[in-house]
Amino acid sequence: MSVSTTVTDEADRSPSERVDVCVVGAGPAGALAAYSLAERGHDVVILEAGPRFSFEDRLRRMERFLRPAYDWLDVWEMGGDRDAYASTGELHYPLNTTRIKGIGGTTLHWLGLVPRYHEKDFEMESRYGIGEDWPISYDDLRPYYAEVEREMGVAGAEDNPFEPPRESPFPMDAFPPSYADSLFGEACEALDIAMHSTPQARNSETYDGRSQCVGYGTCAPACPSGAKYTAEVHVAKAEAEGARVIDRAPVQRLAHDDSGGRLEAVEYATPDGETHRQEARQVVLACGAIETPRLLLLSESDRYPDGLANSSGAVGRYLMEHPFAGTDGLLLDETRQNHVGFITSECHQFYDHEESTPGSLKLEFINNAEPSPVEIALGDGSWGDDLVGAIRRESGNSLRIGALVEQLPREENRVQLDTSRTDDHGNPVPDVVWSVGDHAIETMRYAQRIQRRILDEMGARITGQTDPHTPGAARHPMGTTRMGSDPETSVVDARLRTHDLENLTIASSSVFPTGGAMNPTLTIGALSLLAAEYVDEDL
Amino acid sequence: MELSRRDAIAALAAVGIGTGGVALYRSDVFDDGSTDGEATLDDPVDTMIALATVVYPSEVSGIDEFVETYVVGRVEDDETHERRTVQALTHLEGYASDEFGDSFVDLSPDERDAVLRDLGIQSARPNPDGSDVERIRYYLVNELLYALFTSPTGGELVGHENPPGHGGGLDSYQRGPDA
Repeated sequence: MSVSTTVTDEADRSPSERVDVCVVGAGPAGALAAYSLAERGHDVVILEAGPRFSFEDRLRRMERFLRPAYDWLDVWEMGGDRDAYASTGELHYPLNTTRIKGIGGTTLHWLGLVPRYHEKDFEMESRYGIGEDWPISYDDLRPYYAEVEREMGVAGAEDNPFEPPRESPFPMDAFPPSYADSLFGEACEALDIAMHSTPQARNSETYDGRSQCVGYGTCAPACPSGAKYTAEVHVAKAEAEGARVIDRAPVQRLAHDDSGGRLEAVEYATPDGETHRQEARQVVLACGAIETPRLLLLSESDRYPDGLANSSGAVGRYLMEHPFAGTDGLLLDETRQNHVGFITSECHQFYDHEESTPGSLKLEFINNAEPSPVEIALGDGSWGDDLVGAIRRESGNSLRIGALVEQLPREENRVQLDTSRTDDHGNPVPDVVWSVGDHAIETMRYAQRIQRRILDEMGARITGQTDPHTPGAARHPMGTTRMGSDPETSVVDARLRTHDLENLTIASSSVFPTGGAMNPTLTIGALSLLAAEYVDEDL
Repeated sequence: MELSRRDAIAALAAVGIGTGGVALYRSDVFDDGSTDGEATLDDPVDTMIALATVVYPSEVSGIDEFVETYVVGRVEDDETHERRTVQALTHLEGYASDEFGDSFVDLSPDERDAVLRDLGIQSARPNPDGSDVERIRYYLVNELLYALFTSPTGGELVGHENPPGHGGGLDSYQRGPDA
């Protein structure tokens, strides 16, 4: 099966004349910032390490996901020397399953859930004496949340009694609950646990020229219909406003002026082996929570021997994730899994807690609790009538309740450089050091007690639970160039501008001082729009 | 459960191939059925249909038209897939001839099943770049199963009318098993 990226080797990848803004990274943060700035009339160049993927190949990428000859990394061509990394923490961090390099970035493979953070997420130290306060509040971000919901196209309903205040309806109606949700619903009602819809960046109707969801069931990692939002949308809009995109152009380092107070240029490599300098008045780093601190560390200089913008020593530190705690069960009755590729109901009832620990958790009622028929058929090794028997044995009755769980920022969780190994351009690879911590472990245990109560109420047989000491990551890395008012302890200020360099802004989950337990992309988008406004002011 | 041409078109859509309403015939593709001198392959589509009668559950009917539509559509405009499919079929045919003394198409269903088991298909890793047996699993057996279980009728065999890979809309996920 041939799946090729759009080959743009003939493309001109030489730098533009000094531009207003150079955006590094074409994921959601970079795309939204670039669009916002280009729309305001600024000259913008976007540098993206990965390729521009053809939309026409998307069904073939879905096939790669469904066929066992391929793995998750094959779908979007991750891995190899370009993406080499180390993981030396207590827990292995599967970095390359968390990200995609290419136009659209990680939204190419994301599920697309976009809840807002709650007010408490911005006030952890004030409210509970743990974590950090953000230098901005929910109210500060609120208009940007509304704007990014419109930009992405979010389907949702105002049926969530625990949601923070909002000013306008969602742009699209929510997706109705699934049949499996109705099974959970009876038990939750008996236990006074509220279920509600899930905001998602997926079209429940035609929106912004993109298709309604048609139910391929493979949203993560590939939506062939285009109903799921990807940042390709805003890269295209930025280009329509005059922005220039240079793909397959991994940035090697950032070069500052003699004073060390301003960036002069962004140095990037191209497939022909050349290295170029893109000069810019303002630079926006939008490479996610791993590559952003790595690039700053790689950009060390005599002026900044510990890495650029790292006077605080916080670059790379305080890495957070959302540990995923799940409980699996079996019912005697059919549960109708895998008829849709996304979650349709959640519960935020246990998010705003009274005591510091257990912390926030978000329950997710899963619609894909078991392997699908085609996955079993292609992996089982049987055929004919034996295969039908295998599919019926392995599927049909499963249930799963998941939980995203809050993890506190811990200095020892970090991204650092592994100088013993280099990538395809000779740069030290990122070493991701990740462990869970007692707060998250206790919160996971609490989540699993709730999950067990629901499954018990349903009469399900519980078949497995995540070990809270070795959870999987929800693939939401955050917190490695954190935002704060104090230059001694943080990397960027409330404007998302680095304390050290006056024309360097960071738009990424890396600026989150705390991580909450909500999927982070809507907040990333809101911060990007906020950052773009400040960059615009400075131009 | 009767497979239809509509099922085949749905399965083709799941691999990114739109038929555009144009009827394709086996003669439009597979213009040279033999490769490498290993064995003669009279008609790749007939061999795929013969394989499908073993690989597909017994309650499935309408296999001939489904497989022909799918296989012909699958290799149109994809010379690499066509070549590798023929190579895998040729290996299958060669084994049938050598060990069972007849063309795969002319073997009984039990003998065809025995060919697959003797080759070790049940434990072979499906690998498009692997050994002959691994390619048979990937290009032939799993190809047919992928087509079946991403089609609405194939999904219904196991109570799943909108299987992943098929864009069958947003109704089925809301329905219960008795609806």
